[in-house]
Amino acid sequence: MKRAALGALLSHWWRHPLQLITLLTGLALATGLWSAVQAINGEAKASYNLATSEIGARQNETLVPKTGFIPLSRYVELRRSGWRLSPVLEGRWPQNTGSLRLIGVDLLSHPTFSNMVENSDSESSFSLDALSSQEQLFLNPKTLEQLTVHVDLPPIVQSDQIPIDVALGDISLVERLLQRPGQITRMIILPEQPLGLHPLEDLAPELQRQSYDAGQMSRLTDSFHLNLTAFGLLSFAVGLFIVHGSVSLGIEQRRGLFRTLRAMGVPLHLLTVLLLCELLLIAIVAGSAGLVLGYLIAAALLPDVSATLSGLYGATVEGSLNLRPGWLISGIAMAVVGTLIASTQAITNIYKMPLLATPGLQARAQAASSQQYGMAVLGLALMAFGTASMLVFDGLIAGFALLAGMMLGTALMLPLLLSWVLTLGLRNARSALGEWIWADMRAQLPGISLALMALLLALATNIGVGTMVSSFRLTFLGWMDQRLSAELYVTAKDEDQAQKLVLWLTRRDITVLPIRWSEVPFHGTKLRIYGVQDDPTYREKWPMLQVQNGAWDRVSNGTAVMINEQLARRRNLWPGDDLNLTPSWKMTVVGVYSDYGNPHEQAIVTLPVLLRHADNVPNLRFGLRLPPSGVQNLIKEIQQESDFEGITMVDQNDLKARSLAVFDRTFVVTGALNLLTLGVAGFAILTSLLTLWNMRLPQLAPIWALGITRRQLAWLELWRSLALAALTALLALPLGLLLAWLLLSVINVEAFGWKLPMYIFPLDWLRLLVMALVAAAIAAAIPARKLALIKPSELLKVFAHER
Amino acid sequence: MNAKSFLTAMFLCLPAPASTQGFAGLGTNANGFAIPQQGTFLSFPADHGSHPNFRIEWWYLTANLKGDDDLEYGVQWTLFRTALRPGSEDGWSSPQLWMGHAGLTTPNHQFFAERLARGGIGQAGVTADPFMAWIDNWEMTTVGPTLQQLNLKASGADFAYELDMSTQGQQLVLHGDNGYSVKSAGGQASYYYSQPHYQITGTLSLPHGPVAVVGQGWLDREWSSQPLAEDQSGWDWFSLSFDSGDKLMGFVLRGASADFTSGSWISADGTVTALQPGDFQALALKHSNVSGRSIPTEWKITLPAKELSVVIQAVNKQSWMGTSFPYWEGPVTISGSHTGRGYLEMTGYE
Amino acid sequence: MADWEMTDNTLLQIRNVSKCYSGLGESRAVLRDVSLDLQAGKSIALTGESGSGKSTLLHLVGALDYYDSGEIKIAGTNLTNLNDSARSELRRNTVSLVFQQFNLVPSLNVAQNISLHARLANRVDQTWITSLTSRLGLTELSDRYPEQLSGGQQQRVAIGRALAVRPKLLLADEPTGNLDEVTSTAVMDLMLNLVHESGAALFLVTHSVQVANQLDRRVHLSAGKIA
Repeated sequence: MKRAALGALLSHWWRHPLQLITLLTGLALATGLWSAVQAINGEAKASYNLATSEIGARQNETLVPKTGFIPLSRYVELRRSGWRLSPVLEGRWPQNTGSLRLIGVDLLSHPTFSNMVENSDSESSFSLDALSSQEQLFLNPKTLEQLTVHVDLPPIVQSDQIPIDVALGDISLVERLLQRPGQITRMIILPEQPLGLHPLEDLAPELQRQSYDAGQMSRLTDSFHLNLTAFGLLSFAVGLFIVHGSVSLGIEQRRGLFRTLRAMGVPLHLLTVLLLCELLLIAIVAGSAGLVLGYLIAAALLPDVSATLSGLYGATVEGSLNLRPGWLISGIAMAVVGTLIASTQAITNIYKMPLLATPGLQARAQAASSQQYGMAVLGLALMAFGTASMLVFDGLIAGFALLAGMMLGTALMLPLLLSWVLTLGLRNARSALGEWIWADMRAQLPGISLALMALLLALATNIGVGTMVSSFRLTFLGWMDQRLSAELYVTAKDEDQAQKLVLWLTRRDITVLPIRWSEVPFHGTKLRIYGVQDDPTYREKWPMLQVQNGAWDRVSNGTAVMINEQLARRRNLWPGDDLNLTPSWKMTVVGVYSDYGNPHEQAIVTLPVLLRHADNVPNLRFGLRLPPSGVQNLIKEIQQESDFEGITMVDQNDLKARSLAVFDRTFVVTGALNLLTLGVAGFAILTSLLTLWNMRLPQLAPIWALGITRRQLAWLELWRSLALAALTALLALPLGLLLAWLLLSVINVEAFGWKLPMYIFPLDWLRLLVMALVAAAIAAAIPARKLALIKPSELLKVFAHER
Repeated sequence: MNAKSFLTAMFLCLPAPASTQGFAGLGTNANGFAIPQQGTFLSFPADHGSHPNFRIEWWYLTANLKGDDDLEYGVQWTLFRTALRPGSEDGWSSPQLWMGHAGLTTPNHQFFAERLARGGIGQAGVTADPFMAWIDNWEMTTVGPTLQQLNLKASGADFAYELDMSTQGQQLVLHGDNGYSVKSAGGQASYYYSQPHYQITGTLSLPHGPVAVVGQGWLDREWSSQPLAEDQSGWDWFSLSFDSGDKLMGFVLRGASADFTSGSWISADGTVTALQPGDFQALALKHSNVSGRSIPTEWKITLPAKELSVVIQAVNKQSWMGTSFPYWEGPVTISGSHTGRGYLEMTGYE
Repeated sequence: MADWEMTDNTLLQIRNVSKCYSGLGESRAVLRDVSLDLQAGKSIALTGESGSGKSTLLHLVGALDYYDSGEIKIAGTNLTNLNDSARSELRRNTVSLVFQQFNLVPSLNVAQNISLHARLANRVDQTWITSLTSRLGLTELSDRYPEQLSGGQQQRVAIGRALAVRPKLLLADEPTGNLDEVTSTAVMDLMLNLVHESGAALFLVTHSVQVANQLDRRVHLSAGKIA
């Protein structure tokens, strides 16, 4: 019985392959987008985990200095007080191909060092030699490939357990290589501690505990991934609208079949179980396809994501995608759960379906109307919840809560709002046909409202994200004009060459602005301090957000510091506040400047002050001020000087173009997801209309009988769909603008550390409106065409079947 | 290689079958390290401190204690030094490595902890005058005249102890020939002296609360660069205090062909008699299954010259130190021709 | 009651069955105290005006609906208090239905539709089905789908499907109601012959006296009561 019944149920799909494809596509799209985002997130997280930890040590808490470094004596004192800690010294190690992250650990006390080097190649496998000579450096083979041969390199042991661009060695070797004897960057708090310890807070008040999860990188990138996840979830939700539409259609069309099967003795529970099996089968097939799709999308987007992450946060994410079992399982699970959620209503209907009575369309319409009110109330509640959370919490969570509340709330209110608009139209209708059109649209609403909600969400997201990106871009362009004020940027090979160059340039009366900086440890991360030479260029052009009177004078006389917006917001420091740059170096903040495209904290002091407080401040980079027309000539001249071989030069335009390219690449992913979501929403409308088609024939037949041609009916069908889409788009606009504001003023501040002004782009809205209408038109075209070409006998059947 | 085997390797230096290499790498050649010379006079307090030109060295205290709960307890506090190369340097580059072991034996439980430290940075070390040996917050500190009065501290995740130790001014016991202690028929030797006369009061911190204890302690000092012969795989070492006031230190170095035994008889009046190889005899009577190995926990000891024939029984047969390189170490009771208490250390049982 | 004892030959017994439809605060009696017997292999025609309750009675016998009082027994099984799976089993194995709208499965072809009920009941007798298909003149049409068939052809498929399972009782509700007169006569003749051949009892609801006259017995229902 089961096989025969299941065969009869499934035969429907073979006879309606398009419908099956729609369902599978919808589900595959939903799963695909969701899985793509998950794959990207998973890959990025795996990369961070590898990069931000000395492998395995990330489970442990660390102790970091609030400023500066930890002196070795501090480590010994704390060990002598009983605390079991393991010291880590970390720094950038310049190589001629860039720099490596050089990490030094105490091989004896490090919790997992031996695990890490376990897989090193057997030829030079880790042994006591590592300690007895303490001279070995552990590197990933890939890192080694990138290093050009370097004579001073200590003996290398290769291990693919070591992250890329990281070199690991004993702390005795590393402190020598970094020329930082007796310094410690952080201390790992080992898991097992003896009895009777004094609290660390008392013993070492200048240090702060930091759990690795709350580390800099993950805090910064989390918000980016949260963004991606939100997008993935949105796509998934929109995809579920399609599934809902297709499943409802598939079940609606088979009501007769279910009755027949029931009449032939298939028990109700078996029928329900078989339907669930069918859905499960579909979910697994579509989910698998979705995983393939997701993998492809992720693989396509990953290079851009990794470019974004390294551009914005300096986080390295490998460009290759790995298949993770957890990802496969969660993808299929999402598809199955999503399908079940989307078809709950349809299955419940079947379970409640009486064997004999035909369901009255009117009754269903009435139920839908009360449902509208229920949804609207829920929507209002969600909006209220979102607003309340904004008042109660702050930061990213509140931003997202408000976002989610507003988006979902508005979506839920959409059917009622549309129904009011249509009622209004109905009241003002002048002709009988007009009256019917309005009434019919309203009757159609319950069936299509889910799809319209999907469209609303997609459109609002598009408007919101689009406005955010465009505003950002505009701000960024303006900022670049200010920030990149030198006409030419040059980098010398070494200090010697740099000196000659400066002399040579000064003789030509060209203003040379040295670009020199030093990095100091700061609250567990690094603070980059620039030392500038006083010049009108800075006074006139530097992009200040807040500035005190005479700020540049105070900077140049060495009593004050300018900080970037990231530092200001993160540490809540504003003009007038004092800033400890190192334990012994305190200065007053006199200005805050905007600094886009950089996640790190930064400060500007006058050059002599920097040189007094920091050593090892290379003098290789310069910004040159000269008339723009002379730039190309100067480049040629410098290139021709034999002394200046190896000098790299970038002119302002070039640099701007490059920066803009990086910027644009950053938002490729956002743009792609945006478009995909809209596409999915269009697809949702199509399936809804197809679902409605069968239910609508009985409503259309009488109108046809009253003398409206099929052609006219088809056109009306198209217009109706367009009108509903347009109404939805209209409602999406304010929602989208709210979203944009949230992104710019709340979420960006948390995610990137800067706040951006919002600009309005009405032309973009128009473009979106057109896109929405096109989507609606395409979606309505198929049913409309069907209607125009329908055989009169089909319409007649409506009357014949009526009992 | 996991962390454990790495650490083992560190102290074994060259991992190889025990039969040829011996416990703790003590049988290997002494590349560049100083070698004990017969006829050298030990000089104090300087020799209480560390000898970085020798490869290995230890400060080893064991104590038989009785608690106010009337139970027998044993305490061990050891600081090992091992050098990757001879000499001392300041900072992380120092070739000196330190390892601390703390043990606390109750009749039915063995607590232990281990600490590792790099030399040269001050995290662990020994100063001769005033005497202090330490690793992390474990300390053996002179509070009066050197080595006459000591304060001893150690703590682990689930236990801690602090003991005050003092002598009545008894002389140090120099083993072998004025502290030159031969360890094999082939002539391998170490410098070895002891202070076996400590009276102890103190407190043990146990999971169920503190226990006040009194008892006797025995400090061993030994350093060398190659005290084991190539074929020696481990040792059984006894420090016994008889109720008569006499004391006996005896050890068996287990060799592939023949065992090597030696020791010292310390009579109640303080006279030390170095035992000749073979005088001291130890026969394993009963073995116990400890940490998956068969380990003798009951011995028959004979020393015909002193008409001594006693049976040694472990207070807790499971006195296993599950440290980076594991061994058995715990208090024992003595019965037979003489009675008393003592400590037993057994290494190299695989 | 003595006559309530079922004789070996009695397939269907309807005793004092009543049914009301209630709604909008009033309740309307559709069947009142109906009693009826049908012997195995015999046929009965139920006639009556629209709304006389004849379809309702057929639905009750088909275990598609529930009566308020009385009792219905089919092949010894009492329908009162029977749960859904037992009712389903009865429909699957004992009773077959033919409706006015042919209720074919649109996504199955003629052959699949004919064998569907037999497959559901797990009683496929291929020889019988082949002969049935050929007797119904459907052999050539086996691969077609319902939408490609005329009304008469569709109803023949429905009859084939109902008889393919060799039910003990065939319930037919105006099987020719949607067909023109000529087709109607042909289909009805074919159905009666095949029912007779299969040995099934027939419970036929019809408004046609002509059709009713071809059956063993006629019962007229008027306002829910047997006249």
